[in-house]
Amino acid sequence: MPKQLTGAQALIRSLEHEGVEIVFGMPGGAILNAYDPIIESPIRHVLARHEQGAGHMASGYAHATGRVGVAMVTSGPAATNLLTALQDAYMDSIPLVAITGQVATTSIGNDAFQEAHTWGMSMPATKHNTLITSVEEIPDAVREAFHLASTGRKGPVLIDVPKDVLADTMTWHRPGEIKLPGYKPAVKGHPRQVKAALELIEQSERPVLYIGGGVVAAGATEELRVFAERINAPMVTTLMARGAFPDSHPLNLGMPGMHGNYTATTAMQRSDLLITIGARFDDRITGDVDRFAPEAKVIHVDVDPAEIGKIRAVEVPIVGDAKAVLTQFIEESEGRSPAPDRRPWFEAIEEWQTVYPLVYEQDPDGPIQQQFVIEELHRITHGDATIVAGVGQHQMWASQFWGFEKPRKWINSGGLGTMGYAIPAAVGAKAGTPDEIVFAIDGDGSFQMTGTEMITAAVENIPIKVALLNNESLGMVKQWQNLFYEGRLSQTELSPSVPDFVKFAEACGAVGLRADHPSEVAGVIEEALAINDRPVLIEFRCDPEAMLFPMVPAGGSNDEIAMSREDFMSVEDPA
Amino acid sequence: MKHVIAVLVENKPGVLARVSTMFARRGFNIHSLTVGPTEDPALSRMTVVVDGPEMEQIIKQLYKLVHTVKVTEFDPETTLEREIMLVRIKADPDRRGEILDAARVFDAKAVDVGATTITFEITGRPERLADFIELMSSYGVVALAKSGRIALAKDQKSAKKQLKSA
Repeated sequence: MPKQLTGAQALIRSLEHEGVEIVFGMPGGAILNAYDPIIESPIRHVLARHEQGAGHMASGYAHATGRVGVAMVTSGPAATNLLTALQDAYMDSIPLVAITGQVATTSIGNDAFQEAHTWGMSMPATKHNTLITSVEEIPDAVREAFHLASTGRKGPVLIDVPKDVLADTMTWHRPGEIKLPGYKPAVKGHPRQVKAALELIEQSERPVLYIGGGVVAAGATEELRVFAERINAPMVTTLMARGAFPDSHPLNLGMPGMHGNYTATTAMQRSDLLITIGARFDDRITGDVDRFAPEAKVIHVDVDPAEIGKIRAVEVPIVGDAKAVLTQFIEESEGRSPAPDRRPWFEAIEEWQTVYPLVYEQDPDGPIQQQFVIEELHRITHGDATIVAGVGQHQMWASQFWGFEKPRKWINSGGLGTMGYAIPAAVGAKAGTPDEIVFAIDGDGSFQMTGTEMITAAVENIPIKVALLNNESLGMVKQWQNLFYEGRLSQTELSPSVPDFVKFAEACGAVGLRADHPSEVAGVIEEALAINDRPVLIEFRCDPEAMLFPMVPAGGSNDEIAMSREDFMSVEDPA
Repeated sequence: MKHVIAVLVENKPGVLARVSTMFARRGFNIHSLTVGPTEDPALSRMTVVVDGPEMEQIIKQLYKLVHTVKVTEFDPETTLEREIMLVRIKADPDRRGEILDAARVFDAKAVDVGATTITFEITGRPERLADFIELMSSYGVVALAKSGRIALAKDQKSAKKQLKSA
């Protein structure tokens, strides 16, 4: 006789069928039923301290492993807490499946205890979502959710499951064939457009490969290397694409945009052809769109057709997966005539690199400069660590100063800019890649939003490491007040002494270390690296006045890059 | 400029909410939206009249909704468009004859006659309904209810065929 399962058992079995190894979550009333079969399941459950944390953990896991991250929480406040993580994953195209409990179908709409309209609220924050109304739907709904999350433009998918559906019984069946007649993500690019792209590339004197997170999502690093070397074009890697291509490769100019380096931003600006792959012309890249890369023609490769032409008109649109299209590019480029002489272009680039490098000065007597911590961390770990950032100045410095060599070793909140991302995402990344050193680089403002997930790290034995760059302020916002509000600081200075981060770490079951002076930086990093049985947090007492440059003021043109505060003042005041 | 698009969607709970939420989130302006069944019970057809120049984005964003099967923009030259309207006109007994005569030209049907009003039902192309309102406004429009637009291209394929070719 076929086996009868409860909806809850069917749900967990469906997750097992998808190969899920870890679920990040927190139980509660409406999802209780699903937490019972977890006890027997081979799936590991990591108990977060807040549902937003569970969501970011699933995101960090997905970033680090390339697999679908799973978060499971209850109804009402749990589901609303999860929303931030869903929107975050949606903006950065991170594959997640979120399962939320819902009040019983008989109570929906009655303002029942812990009822929220999760399905409606999550609709614009997910790639797709579904409210299950009958136990029989569960296997297919889970199959569909994983399929949608992990194909095409990846993203979060939410399944809302009422309590009575989880309690109901069904005859177990494997999911059937996926029936989504309107969902057919493109893989290969149109051959005619591929040819048109290569023709433009052949004629270009100043090409730039504009590489976004889509290349990481598609796992196209090797194809990118072959193609970039063949066409001999310099490349910029956006915040979401750091590590998509080795920073040590001479063609990689690094990160462009508002806080990108001068050369990367200027190369785009002076280019005659942007070969855009898996990037989306975000306002942090383009600055004022009307004045962005004025002489450039655009080839735009994206798996999501809606990105093409959304911000910038394109000459050659190519809808397809980055890996598949790069493979087509490589095939199409075989035996084509050599590109025009690009020596003047590379000479210009070299000159910018020489004249406008990323710089900072570390006074040996302190205070500690944030960039110095990042460089020391890189030196001592030989760059062999996964870096997870929060949001703010520290995030940009990490992206600027860490030399990334491999994909999926840089995890951050790009599109949504979610402060508090680092600690839970680091927990998820470490849970998914336990053999890697996972170092969160966080700011004190970001850390205080989700720092309680240090408890999760300790209790669940997920030994992350945290470099807390404490500048006693909401540094990025303070910087804007300094630059745009005449230094009138409003609510951006945090306490210099509260909390005591070392004690906080220790109270959470982690090791707490501190460096007050530049001379102590290397020592505490060595000390932290030697501890592998517990999480470690190092508080670096950094320069509260440090400012992040280069900077293109929001809405400004990328022709006007301020390299320093003095430079900013002269850019701001053209007279 | 107004554009008329047909959106063939899977007939699933909440599909209207998905479409309208997308329009709201992306800042696209809906002039009118109707939804109804097709000859295939698994599919519904929405007819959306939208304002604005972002047609390409609107169509692409509609396609991103998983339950969207097919989006077509209608060419006004080859499309049948209809609206239905109920409109109550101020009509004192001494002007009734005049109003009824005028309505006859538009094939408007008097569906209710009150002491001082007449209510007409009229169906037709949107411009025709607009002309009728203009004509009647000199007597005084007391109340008006109008459907959204429905449309079929003259060479419209069946929903099932569109599903296959989607």
